[in-house]
Amino acid sequence: MFVAIIALGALAAAFGLILGYAAIRFKVEGDPLAEKINAILPQTQCGQCGYPGCRPYAEAIARGEADINQCPPGGEAGVVKLADLLGRDPKPLSAEHGQVKPKMVAVIDESICIGCTLCIQACPVDAILGAAKQMHTIIAKECTGCELCVAPCPVNCIEMVPLKPDIAHWTWTFPDEQPQPPALKGAQG
Amino acid sequence: MIRRLWKFNGGVHLPAHKEESASHPVRRAPLPKRLILPLHQHIGESAEAVVKAGDRVLKGQMIAHAKGFVSAPVHAPSSGVVVETGDLPVPHPSGLSAPCIVIETDGADQWTQLQTHGDYTRLDPSALRNIIREAGIVGLGGAGFPSFIKLNPGPGKAVNTLILNGVECEPYITCDDMLMRERAPDIIAGLRIIRHALRARECIVAIEDNKPGAYAAMCAAAAGTDIHVVQVPTIYPAGGEKQLIKVLTGMEVPGNGLPIHIGVVCHNVGTAAAVYRAVEYGEPLISRYMTITGGNIAQPRNLEVLIGTPVKDLLDECGWNPATLDRLLMGGPMMGFALPGDDVPVIKTTNCILAMTAADSQPQRPVMPCIRCGACADACPVNLLPQQLYWHAHAKDLDKVQEYNLFDCIECGCCSYVCPSNIPLVHYYRYAKTEIWAKEREKQKAEAARLRYEFRLQRIEREKTERAAKHTQKKEELTAAPVDPSGTKKAAIVAAMERAQAKREEVKSEE
Ligand code: SF4
Ligand code: SF4
Ligand code: SF4
Ligand code: SF4
Repeated sequence: MFVAIIALGALAAAFGLILGYAAIRFKVEGDPLAEKINAILPQTQCGQCGYPGCRPYAEAIARGEADINQCPPGGEAGVVKLADLLGRDPKPLSAEHGQVKPKMVAVIDESICIGCTLCIQACPVDAILGAAKQMHTIIAKECTGCELCVAPCPVNCIEMVPLKPDIAHWTWTFPDEQPQPPALKGAQG
Repeated sequence: MIRRLWKFNGGVHLPAHKEESASHPVRRAPLPKRLILPLHQHIGESAEAVVKAGDRVLKGQMIAHAKGFVSAPVHAPSSGVVVETGDLPVPHPSGLSAPCIVIETDGADQWTQLQTHGDYTRLDPSALRNIIREAGIVGLGGAGFPSFIKLNPGPGKAVNTLILNGVECEPYITCDDMLMRERAPDIIAGLRIIRHALRARECIVAIEDNKPGAYAAMCAAAAGTDIHVVQVPTIYPAGGEKQLIKVLTGMEVPGNGLPIHIGVVCHNVGTAAAVYRAVEYGEPLISRYMTITGGNIAQPRNLEVLIGTPVKDLLDECGWNPATLDRLLMGGPMMGFALPGDDVPVIKTTNCILAMTAADSQPQRPVMPCIRCGACADACPVNLLPQQLYWHAHAKDLDKVQEYNLFDCIECGCCSYVCPSNIPLVHYYRYAKTEIWAKEREKQKAEAARLRYEFRLQRIEREKTERAAKHTQKKEELTAAPVDPSGTKKAAIVAAMERAQAKREEVKSEE
């Protein structure tokens, strides 16, 4: 158990270092407009927009080849931001590219997993750990919920589950029109 | 000695509702059958359980250890058996569940072996801090920041003034008042320990002038020392850290800054008493004084309660009427929050359980449009512009609302209290704050995903070129004749290569 924790910890640290390095070393000196668009896209990398990732879609928008309403994970709010940036009118999400869904995370049933590595090859953000013929695990923190690993699995052991609400991620709701009055009697008004 | 006092802007005078619960001595709440101990009772990282279901634990035994620097361990408040570890409802405005350890008490209330530390004046500050950290002590006045961190001024920072906060300005709550009346010597002893750790130049105990009993007791306990016990005018929220510092020193803590930046450290009186128990007797933080009050409670009282006691046990103890219960709050009526149910436990930071009937609280009045009267700005003790904050939070303009210093808002509720239009202003600010945090988390996650995605593309690209390179290299090796070894190579390799060559030749000739 401890070995596993340490190993995972070391891996996480190593990945962190590599990523940090990659951020500097491989800085993509692309089209600044595409860069700005990409910063708005949710980076789910799911391909629902019809491009193989957020950056390709961003570049396509910048070239004027793609519309701004093709990214379901970004939702209406994403479309509005893109419209803002490009000085266009917002429009509803295009239905053919899919629906807005609640945030999900992939879970591998490790008792069924045969260690074929097909899911690893499909994952756009390297969120799956495992080697050939060993059971695989998803690093929930890194999973974007893109669902790309689900179809390739030959034994159907990957399931998408909604993110469990927890206190750390909880937010206050927007106040109702008629909320509870103050608890302390004597308030003005 | 008469000290000069200053005033902070704003604030409101509130009905006190304190006498109900403060007119009886504190007694110990009965030992509950079940103790529910959330692993996250403080600001910072959750503690990590070190016991599992089936384990027998003794009173005072550590059952979860601190994980990370800003964290605090949790101890068993009584002896018994761990019957469950898992997610259970915890006292939090979300009403969500979180990891807890459940202990079924055995009634023996048997202590574990406690480690005492002898004369604290011989301990250096870092040893003292460690004792306080291991005792699981967090700020008992409000947010529950791990106390040992506030005992470390940091390199090069001198502490001029150490303030012990016994102001307790929120209506209904009287647990600090009762603690000062009943255990003033413990508090003063704790204050001296804290002072020793901080090497503070001067010490002030601040008490609102509506608590003459507490003031007298603290004065008596501090007699003969150079500790100043000071009465401050009763106005809400004089107990707010930055407000109290202003009142006592005339200094303003900068917007994003901490009191230590101006040489001041504040601790709550309950924290000081807990520090004393930890250093003198080796006792971890497993109980505290708590006010159980409100119109729904037959005998409003202060009780000494074991951390982890279910709220319902305390309501039963003080007599309540479920039929007329309108609201159940943890904390006071201004800054407290509604509990999702009575099955949640009390935690280290719980100072009050407020059970209200409909007649106690403000009758429902329609929310009206803001009339820009400015009453909220006059009442704000932080000198914010609550009306502007409201406009921008209402418009969900999360950038603008931050420009108006949303994060300096202490959620004291003065603005909502005075608003003639009954606008739930603080709710808007809480909404905006948590929304901004959520957006920030989302952004960080997207950025991490982008980097991982790009890194993966690079990796695939690199693997492709490497594979191609290997391929061509192999091809070349197959076609090129072996070069004569230049003498530096070992004979074995040469021989091996010759053998391989011979074999290749053989294969070729066979074809
Ligand atoms: S649809 Fe998926 S891949 Fe395309 S931009 Fe949105 S998140 Fe990125
Ligand atoms: S684990 Fe699956 S769902 Fe999660 S990011 Fe990778 S491919 Fe997408
Ligand atoms: S809740 Fe915030 S804005 Fe309102 S009065 Fe208090 S500090 Fe000021
Ligand atoms: S007190 Fe209420 S009505 Fe008056 S300015 Fe503030 S928010 Fe508007």
